[in-house]
Amino acid sequence: MSAPGIAPTAGQPIQSPPHPLREFWGYFSSNHGAVAGLVIIVLVLLMAIFADLIAPHAPFETNTLVALTPPFWQDGGSTTYLLGTDAIGRDILSRLIYGSRLSLSIGVVVVTLSVITGVVLGLLAGYFRGVLEIAIMRVMDIMLTIPSLLLAIVIVAILGPGLINAMIAVALVVLPHYVRITRATVIAEMSKDYVTAAVVSGAGRIRIMFSEVLPNCTPLLIVQASLGISAAILDAAALGFLGLGAQPPSPEWGTMLADSREFVLRAWWVVTFPGLMILITVLAFNLLGDGLRDALDPKLKR
Amino acid sequence: MNAPVGADGTVSVPPPLEVGGTNPPVVDAKNLQRTYQIKRGMFAAPDQLRAVGGVSFTVASGKTLAVVGESGCGKSTLARMVALIEKPTAGELRLGGMDAVNAPDEARNQLRQSVQMVFQNPYGSLNPRKKIGNILEAPLAINTTLSVAQRSEQGRAMMARVGLRPEHYQRYPHMFSGGQRQRIAIARALMLQPRLLVADEPVSALDVSIQAQVLNLLLDLQEEMGLAYLFISHDLGVVRHIAHDVLVMYLGHAIEQGEKNKIFSSPRHPYTQALLGSTPGLVGTAPGIKRIVLKGELPSPLNPPAGCVFSTRCPHVTERCRVERPVMREVDGRQVACHEAEKLISA
Repeated sequence: MSAPGIAPTAGQPIQSPPHPLREFWGYFSSNHGAVAGLVIIVLVLLMAIFADLIAPHAPFETNTLVALTPPFWQDGGSTTYLLGTDAIGRDILSRLIYGSRLSLSIGVVVVTLSVITGVVLGLLAGYFRGVLEIAIMRVMDIMLTIPSLLLAIVIVAILGPGLINAMIAVALVVLPHYVRITRATVIAEMSKDYVTAAVVSGAGRIRIMFSEVLPNCTPLLIVQASLGISAAILDAAALGFLGLGAQPPSPEWGTMLADSREFVLRAWWVVTFPGLMILITVLAFNLLGDGLRDALDPKLKR
Repeated sequence: MNAPVGADGTVSVPPPLEVGGTNPPVVDAKNLQRTYQIKRGMFAAPDQLRAVGGVSFTVASGKTLAVVGESGCGKSTLARMVALIEKPTAGELRLGGMDAVNAPDEARNQLRQSVQMVFQNPYGSLNPRKKIGNILEAPLAINTTLSVAQRSEQGRAMMARVGLRPEHYQRYPHMFSGGQRQRIAIARALMLQPRLLVADEPVSALDVSIQAQVLNLLLDLQEEMGLAYLFISHDLGVVRHIAHDVLVMYLGHAIEQGEKNKIFSSPRHPYTQALLGSTPGLVGTAPGIKRIVLKGELPSPLNPPAGCVFSTRCPHVTERCRVERPVMREVDGRQVACHEAEKLISA
């Protein structure tokens, strides 16, 4: 593929380099999977923003007369409830549309929280080594030894149930992954000569940590974060199922999935559609993460 | 040698370069030492690894001191000490007359600007995520209060000076060849207008054809800017091309040092003789240099020989060499650390 302005031939007058965003888009758009991921995420995002306009029904509106109506293409289905209804007659499509609000914000908030804290802790551990590193890493190891859901339950039990507390709990549970990744990359990068060169030119600790070393850790972190959004959605769903996360009437996808567990055999649509939504969103985030990593890595540029 | 300027610990700019007259030494190292503690386990006392065990030298501005020796002899540790990356465990280091070892942090930072470094590996010494322009401007952004436009102007000027084209300014390091990257590394090192450039094997990672270009660039810059070089190398051909003075190291100790021509034409230390004799193409170029094949292994620096460090492999070893470590002394116009130096004139 062509990359205008990147590799001018010798002797020609040089046009000014493209705007960084334009350049980024050039690389990003060459990866079709990543663009597909981005499109899906934008669609889900629009769905979340305009839920009030799109959704055919209110998410909490029950109607026991139409309970467990199958999707419209099956016998007994109707176009009033395109994807059918659940056990107490709520429209599944509307709940899915409203649910995207919750699931997206859970994923984004959890990952933002854990990436920021994880990167700072990992940088400190990898840069200063010694006692600080031992202290941070042993705490992270202890957190990793406890099954993640169990740890999340303990944290929610301490903080009290609710969506916000569930998000904090999940963020804490996934924290060790980011700390470990950051620390490992920081240690590898610290041994390179460009860090020594920065020391020789008088750079301070903060500058070396955040300006020299951290940008070289981002590819791994971006991929981990994009996978983390999906893990966060699932973990929050599990907490919801246990009654510790999103509280029952909220149309959170994971909670919907968990609530309808007993209808798996009788009404497949009640479980399938929330599951599909999670699958599609998670997949989209993974594709996007892959594309972002490639587009942000200058070593892969031509 | 000029007297140190200012009392110890005071912050002051290194004295300006004297034009004409005698060149003041930019670096003055006396008995520089560096010992590492090697952990042997939780309960055992740590071992002492003496990477550099007492090296003294001076480098005047406009001059090049080449440090030669085989792998593990302490060349790079010496370079890192002079570049203020590591603190010597003992000894004195003066940069432009100022004490650099015991200086307070602020003065050290000031001194640091007068010493810059070029590294061996041009692939690892440039941050792969920064554009060349940012790499060149970083030292200015850290140490000066120049505006963005001024920094950019100086960066572009320096790039032209090391032979890179203006359009390279917006590119990433991976878009360059090894030789070009080493030019960028040199340009970065010169951004702060240092008086001493420590070059740790700057050309050994490059193709031979590129080596000559980079060496000539270094020579040109030295002439233009009056730079002093501390040039670390194991390649005697390169040293012969660029050095004024030579310091030969073995197992952390300086064993022979002096003017390049003296050392290349009539080495006095048996190790220097073996080193010169082992270089292809140099055999037969000077009388008194013949191929000497050393026997045995380099001793472990954790457990160096008691007497002369070279006594385990020296073809001229005597009983005295095994018990008494020779000190540096003047023989035939150069410094040499060997008891038998007088007898080895045409060994």
